[in-house]
Amino acid sequence: MGSLQLLPPTASAHAADMDWLFAALLGTSAFILLLVFGLMILFCVRYRKNSKVERGNRLGRTWRVEVAWTTATFIAFLGLYFWGAELYVDIHSPPKDATDIYVVGKQWMWKIEHPGGQREIDTLHVPVGRPVRLVLTSEDVIHDFAIPAFRIRQDALPGRYETLWFTPTEVGDYRLFCAEFCGTWHARMGGSVVVMQPSDFQRWLDSQDPGPSLAQEGEALFRSYGCSGCHGGAGTVRAPRLEGLFGRPVPLEDGRTVIADDRYIRDSILMPKAEIAAGYPPVMPSFAGQIGEDDLLKLVAYIKSLADGTAGTSQAGSVERPAQ
Amino acid sequence: MTSATVTGKPDEPVVATRNYLTEGGVTLRSWLLTRDHKRIAILYTLSITVFFFVGGAAATLIRLNLVTPSGIFTPDIYNRLFTLHGIVMVWFFLIPSIPNTMGNFLIPLMIGAKDLAFPRLNLLSWYLYVGAGLLALFAILIGGVDTGWTFYTPFSSLYSNGYVVLALAAVLAVGFSSILTGLNFIVTTHRMRAPGMTWYRLPVFVWSNYATSVIMVLATPVLAITLILVAAERLLKVGIFDPALGGDPLLFQHLFWFYSHPAVYIMILPGFGVISEIVPCFARKPLFGYKFVVWSSIAISVIGFFVWAHHMFVAGISLYAGLVFSLLSYVIAVPSAIKVFNWTATLHKGWISFDAPMLYALGFIGLFTIGGLTGLFVANLAFDVHVTDTYFVVAHFHYIMVGGMVSAYFGGLHYWWPKVTGRLYPEWWARIAALLIFFGFNLTFFPQFILGYLGMERRYYSYPPEFQAWNILSSAGASVLAAGYALPFFYLGWSLFRGKRAGSNPWAATGLEWQTSSPPPTHNFDRMPTVTRPPYQYRPEPEPQDV
Ligand code: HEC
Ligand code: HEM
Ligand SMILES: [Cu+2]
Ligand SMILES: [Cu+2]
Repeated sequence: MGSLQLLPPTASAHAADMDWLFAALLGTSAFILLLVFGLMILFCVRYRKNSKVERGNRLGRTWRVEVAWTTATFIAFLGLYFWGAELYVDIHSPPKDATDIYVVGKQWMWKIEHPGGQREIDTLHVPVGRPVRLVLTSEDVIHDFAIPAFRIRQDALPGRYETLWFTPTEVGDYRLFCAEFCGTWHARMGGSVVVMQPSDFQRWLDSQDPGPSLAQEGEALFRSYGCSGCHGGAGTVRAPRLEGLFGRPVPLEDGRTVIADDRYIRDSILMPKAEIAAGYPPVMPSFAGQIGEDDLLKLVAYIKSLADGTAGTSQAGSVERPAQ
Repeated sequence: MTSATVTGKPDEPVVATRNYLTEGGVTLRSWLLTRDHKRIAILYTLSITVFFFVGGAAATLIRLNLVTPSGIFTPDIYNRLFTLHGIVMVWFFLIPSIPNTMGNFLIPLMIGAKDLAFPRLNLLSWYLYVGAGLLALFAILIGGVDTGWTFYTPFSSLYSNGYVVLALAAVLAVGFSSILTGLNFIVTTHRMRAPGMTWYRLPVFVWSNYATSVIMVLATPVLAITLILVAAERLLKVGIFDPALGGDPLLFQHLFWFYSHPAVYIMILPGFGVISEIVPCFARKPLFGYKFVVWSSIAISVIGFFVWAHHMFVAGISLYAGLVFSLLSYVIAVPSAIKVFNWTATLHKGWISFDAPMLYALGFIGLFTIGGLTGLFVANLAFDVHVTDTYFVVAHFHYIMVGGMVSAYFGGLHYWWPKVTGRLYPEWWARIAALLIFFGFNLTFFPQFILGYLGMERRYYSYPPEFQAWNILSSAGASVLAAGYALPFFYLGWSLFRGKRAGSNPWAATGLEWQTSSPPPTHNFDRMPTVTRPPYQYRPEPEPQDV
């Protein structure tokens, strides 16, 4: 039945930082707790009804005492706040060179797709020492991708991309849970995160039947959904070429400029009218309800690959984006 | 300390022949149509006790299920159990607990009034509560609900196959009952204070219920709107929360927590009030820093409206929203801390005795302090990213709501029992129950902090085997706790018939409620009381009160 374990495994740099924060929170609380309990017990014993101890000279002007302890607690609290905030900003700032892995939650499994096209369910293989960024979404209700050994978790929402990043530091098998209640088999929606030596990881990748990469599949979909009809440059509609789009700022018709990230691409496909690229007619139809989360991820991966030229056999022409 | 003022032997006829229990008849009809705030308080007490046992039965089954890692029930049954437990405990026990029982009974007595401002509204509020409760029980009996008390969309609106709409309707109706009570308390406190009862002479219990009422009146309508929107999406497929219909799933969480964070203060402020009455009485000293205690309640009820998104640090809110809401949560912890310091300082140089109400009060302070301090843990951004939706959060809020508020409820029940019934309970049994509850509680919930940090998620009917040892400890604690909660049921019931006569003021307490007979007459006071002194003018030796 297991022993009385006290700490979960610590398998990422962030996890180690978090344990220090935990220690600081514990230390501060222990101090306050001992102070309050100590005084309570002391008073209860010393000033019990039958004790004859001297009780003259009670605390007089209470507001001085009140202001003193209010300020003291607040300052202690602020210190903890900043510490936690700093780490939080950290776990929201993935490094540029992180590998993107796509994760789709659905009742009741995690579907994971590596950039090379390897797919797995409820298990995530990652190399040790390399930053990984997960792009999370859900096909139905809200789920939550939780890895206690890394001390991180993030909700996976339908209709949105959320991200979560980490750099594993210890080789091993760690538990993966779904942490947001999602229906009958919520408790069984989990598995493990397998952290491997980079060479082992490479071997694992090679041993998987990769099938076409996400981007290659996306390229096929790009044609079958008819995107290429407009975006391929050959049609009659004037639509922006998507080469070099990802990661760049896009000026919009309404004057704003947004970065073309996963969310932007996704929204462009599902809600094209929301953000119209400057200089183009708003004729792109919405594909909401027609393209499932899986296919969306592939399209996004394909459009992403157009930015850095990793796409296999892109028909990408050399047409420049119109000057804006 | 009590013997001085106790009069009579157990089987002597009722001392105060004219009291609210006998005046106006003893028929069922006279009870069901009563407009006396004291009788309505009794009706409430009986009905929330029923729900406390319903919710408690579900909790027992939950802890039983978690004794083994593979679970005992099917997941569907387990999911219905924790949903039932949450809905019943939050809306049908904890929110009405102190306000609708003790608040109802005591506020008019404490301010020197004949009744609440709107006696009929008060009765209506009880009928709404009962109607809502029956609806909730009906929903449970025909198949139950599996959404959790939080009703997160789009699970609740489109995916769950339980009786969600019925449950929503029950919560909606009980919400109206809270609103009516809140309204009644606010108007009563403003308009019906006896001559000389200035705001700063009000007992803290009245202030706390006042602050609670403000929250009830302002926050509950938001809950009502939210529940109606969920029902609309579920029944009519209007896209509000589900992205597949063009809605936004986070909108629900914002609306829900905009109500539910303030609601957690509905579930603790009245407890602060009870403790602020008990501690000075048994320490024989005025409450330390009365104005600070009062204004910290008001501060809590205001700031409480601006921290809701601390329940959503990993839900997909922006980084900046996270930073702001965490900071505000740290701010709101300050007034809570102030109170703990004040109660402790009240003990300083007192003449402390340890009757059962005081044991509950001391237990409250201890458990609330732990709950409040762990509030700082979960309000901490990076820390919460690890523990949200784990047992750490479960332990945090049980320390406050059960360790704190339920202890305060029992403390108040014992403290005012002689006033309400005219009888004393057996002191030794009461002390034993207080101790059982304190130790049982810690054994049940402390292990859950550790489980949460280890990564045991909430709402899991089965879990990895390495978590079993802590879970067994927790379930063992739950049995002790259950015994502790069951005990008062027996000895208090016994005391109704065989308890010693209490006399009007067994604790030699200050406060207007102790100046009238026990049980009080229907109109509360024979002569309109006049107040000339601040509250809590306690002196070392129990003295008869000057009326
Ligand atoms: C009817 C022609 C048409 C079709 C079909 C079409 N698009 Fe578009 N698309 C446009 C036009 C015109 C724009 C520019 C105006 C705008 O932003 O809506 C655009 C904009 C975009 C953008 C934003 C580009 C930028 O530079 O900001 C993306 C990404 C995109 N489309 C992807 C797709 C994908 C993927 C498909 C297939 C699922 C598709 N489009 C199908 C016409 C089309
Ligand atoms: C001292 C001040 C407090 C602070 C700073 C605080 C902070 C928090 C935070 C940040 C959470 C969200 C944790 C999460 O979901 O990850 C939380 C949860 C909760 N708190 Fe507190 N809290 C405090 C006091 C209280 C009080 C007084 C109560 C109730 C009487 C309470 C009841 C709850 C409940 C019920 C939840 C969980 C709701 C759920 O998810 O089901 N808290 N608290
Ligand atoms: Cu889940
Ligand atoms: Cu909250």
